Amino acid sequence: MKTIILAFVILSGGLLIYGTIDMPAWGDPHSPANSYVSPLYIEEALKETETPNIVTAVLADYRGYDTMGETTVIFTAAVACALLLRGWSEGRKERE
Amino acid sequence: MLTKIYENLIVKTICRIMIPFIQIYALYVIAHGHYSPGGGFQGGVILAAALALIFLAYGQEPVVRRLTPNLALSLCGIGVFIYAGTGLLCLLSGGNFLDYARLAPILGVAIPRARSLGIFGVEIGVGLAVMTAMYSIIIDVAGNSASPDRHAASSSPENLNNNAEPAA
Repeated sequence: MKTIILAFVILSGGLLIYGTIDMPAWGDPHSPANSYVSPLYIEEALKETETPNIVTAVLADYRGYDTMGETTVIFTAAVACALLLRGWSEGRKERE
Repeated sequence: MLTKIYENLIVKTICRIMIPFIQIYALYVIAHGHYSPGGGFQGGVILAAALALIFLAYGQEPVVRRLTPNLALSLCGIGVFIYAGTGLLCLLSGGNFLDYARLAPILGVAIPRARSLGIFGVEIGVGLAVMTAMYSIIIDVAGNSASPDRHAASSSPENLNNNAEPAA
């Protein structure tokens, strides 16, 4: 069993390493990730949003959906902590 | 459980001096997110740190009296609602969700300025949500009576005697 697992780990690890060979070089300006919207953000962010900090412009304007999801995650974490730790059922029993 | 409060004049005085500056700095981080690193997430966490400092120096009762955990959770929801409401306002004005350019006629400014103000609006929502979420989690984890019912019950004579015992 252990040999099967080891073989599977080596195989999947080898596949992942094989997959990285085709990836563009680190910081390559002509890679797909850097050649479509990134130059647009850098050139147009100040003109379009009057926000000198490009990070803020991307975070809250161009990628506003994503940041709304992040805020919802934080809200969900607070609600989950409250539901687990505040002992609602105990309080309800005392009231009755 | 943090039941023993450190009756230390130095700690309390330093906290009393530091807390307003921490809160002003947090508001600066939120408002200056357009020009420097910062924004709603970072400023909200600093605001929550100021509340945590009150909690550590003065104990649970003074801070819970000012901002109850239930109110904090409601304000957290309001923070998310400010964000989503800004997007919804754009949707109602005929644009896409979170398309701040559509706020320009409502605010009466040019489109780039409207997008800048839209970013500021959602940053305020994020700051409120992060501050109250962090505060709520701190009180839930470290407080000894997070529920309002149990908080009321802790004022019974039996519990008062427990709290009044001097530190060993």
